[in-house]
Amino acid sequence: MAARRGANLGKWLVSGPPLLYLVVFFAIPTLIMVLASFRTPGEFGGLAPLVEDGKLDLNLDSYARLLSDAVYVQIFIKSVWYALLTTLFCLLLAYPLSLLIAQSARRHRDLLLLLVILPFWSNFLIRVYAWMIILGPNAALARTVNSVLAWFGHEPVPLLFSSFAVLVCLVYVHLPFMVLPLYANLEKHDLALLDAAQDLGANAWQRFWRITFPLSLPGVYAGAALVFIPALGIFAIPDILGGPEDSLIGNVIKQQFLETRDWPFGSVLSIVLTVAALLLAGLAAWFGRRNLGARQTNA
Amino acid sequence: MALLEIQNVTRRFGTFTAVDQVSISIEAGEFFTLLGPSGCGKTTLLRMIAGFDLPDGGSIRLNGEDLAGLPPERRPVRTVFQSYALFPHMTVEGNIAFPLQMAKTPASDIPAKVDAALEDVRLTGFGKRYPHELSGGQKQRVAIGRALVTHPTVLLLDEPLAALDAKLREEMQIELINLQKEVGITFVYVTHDQTEALALSHRIAVMNKGRVEQLDEPSKIYSFPNSRFVADFIGTCNLLDGPVLKVDEGTVTIDVGGLGPVRVASSDRPTAGQTASIALRPEKIRIAGAAAQDAAANHFRGSVTDLLYLGDVTVYKVSTESGTKLEALLANSAAGRTKFFEIGDAVAVSWPVDAGHFIPR
Repeated sequence: MAARRGANLGKWLVSGPPLLYLVVFFAIPTLIMVLASFRTPGEFGGLAPLVEDGKLDLNLDSYARLLSDAVYVQIFIKSVWYALLTTLFCLLLAYPLSLLIAQSARRHRDLLLLLVILPFWSNFLIRVYAWMIILGPNAALARTVNSVLAWFGHEPVPLLFSSFAVLVCLVYVHLPFMVLPLYANLEKHDLALLDAAQDLGANAWQRFWRITFPLSLPGVYAGAALVFIPALGIFAIPDILGGPEDSLIGNVIKQQFLETRDWPFGSVLSIVLTVAALLLAGLAAWFGRRNLGARQTNA
Repeated sequence: MALLEIQNVTRRFGTFTAVDQVSISIEAGEFFTLLGPSGCGKTTLLRMIAGFDLPDGGSIRLNGEDLAGLPPERRPVRTVFQSYALFPHMTVEGNIAFPLQMAKTPASDIPAKVDAALEDVRLTGFGKRYPHELSGGQKQRVAIGRALVTHPTVLLLDEPLAALDAKLREEMQIELINLQKEVGITFVYVTHDQTEALALSHRIAVMNKGRVEQLDEPSKIYSFPNSRFVADFIGTCNLLDGPVLKVDEGTVTIDVGGLGPVRVASSDRPTAGQTASIALRPEKIRIAGAAAQDAAANHFRGSVTDLLYLGDVTVYKVSTESGTKLEALLANSAAGRTKFFEIGDAVAVSWPVDAGHFIPR
């Protein structure tokens, strides 16, 4: 008995601090935000008192506002679209890269992985600002593109402050989050399976499509979740590199808290965003599992 | 002409010659085994037949056609891998259907062929299972069924039973023999296990250091090894070395160090003085109480130094008066046994001239 009590104590000593941290800095703030979404904005920003004239002031006004104005729904849809595009381009770029790293000589792999995570060594905002220079109107890239366009008799286009700039930077920033889980998966593949597939008559494409790709799906899902969810809530990149049309839901939320100072509405947007991200991730996981099952039985 | 002609095949890795000028002809319908210790080149040779590796010299012809230009996926040859290499994300059916799909078999024909393959390897009813739900022996059967479903010309098996426990291995050996008879496909089997090779094969090529030491039927390889290596590698063998003392009609006498003259039947006519060996299987040695009179050509006195009781047989290690160690094997069945010996007992060991096998050097 004493031993078991001791083991229990040890378990709580180990898992207690991180649990406490999550409760204080994640669970409680989330509850505060949920509560704030039902309150009334204060006259000069922030929140109006919770209890006024002996009455509890809780209402659904901010939720009603979200539904009454189509512009917010449009921004939500646009944000999901940008996040999906980012996930797709990251996957298209990261897959060959991860495969290359996983198949390269063991002594080169660490170096290649290091190169993938090297950008993390400089600040996120600095890297975003760097894109301003790369895409700027006087930079070599814009000049080259526009001189080619001019040759075809096309008007020059600005690269900076555009959806293009936002997407390029979104993909750039999130690429490592796709590469790492994909690499971790691909690196563990049993190469004997590819030999077996080849022996059984599969050509290079069939070996990839029938063996490597289906076995890598857990890595694809993990990478997609790690890219899609942060990309959905991002605000710095559209702020710095986007045009006026490129405001995403993250920008609107930031605006509600810092500029308009409408905390209840900002809270509503945040809650809807969180729930939407969870739903989409859950849906993707469910769909993926079902799809994987079907592939297995049909194969 | 043989079905599979391996001619002067050589494969080098840097300065190491893994396969050295190997020539083997394998007939259609044969169960052929490449036997040898690890590193002898047998797996490299198998991979060259499958197409995963290419010879540096020589040629491999199947039905008269040179395979050199064909990648593995286009050779009418299938491999059963040591690790089974079943596709973990596909069911048993999916695994077996895979080569059919690669061969563009009409989808409507696939289920019947898969069922037939499952029946061949006695896995009917297991089609919907995933590899991780199968035992080692069942995985092995799936791997074999998957390799056979397209009726390849040659089936290559790379130590397929190595991962199974002894009892299951024996069962699978019998099944392999029956299966091979049933389907009539040529099997090329790689193993380092000599009992497995003897049990399964029509013919065996014993390989050592990239070369074929001896190529023959199992009973010939066992009874008439043509080198010290083969004698030592196949089963247990007493090897008696020494210079040739005398050559008579049908027998050779060797002066074995420490033991004296030993006579062995041989049609060889070596020159006197040349070193040679006699390979003497433990079960060919008779062992009797020290007082027994024995008329056999070769008899020596000694004492039991060790014994291993193995249930059906007992292995005796006998040290002769001159210190030479011999291994003798006696069946424990009542009929063949008059006496059990203990460690330290004085015994007489003897064997007739035709018990040993003469190996010239």
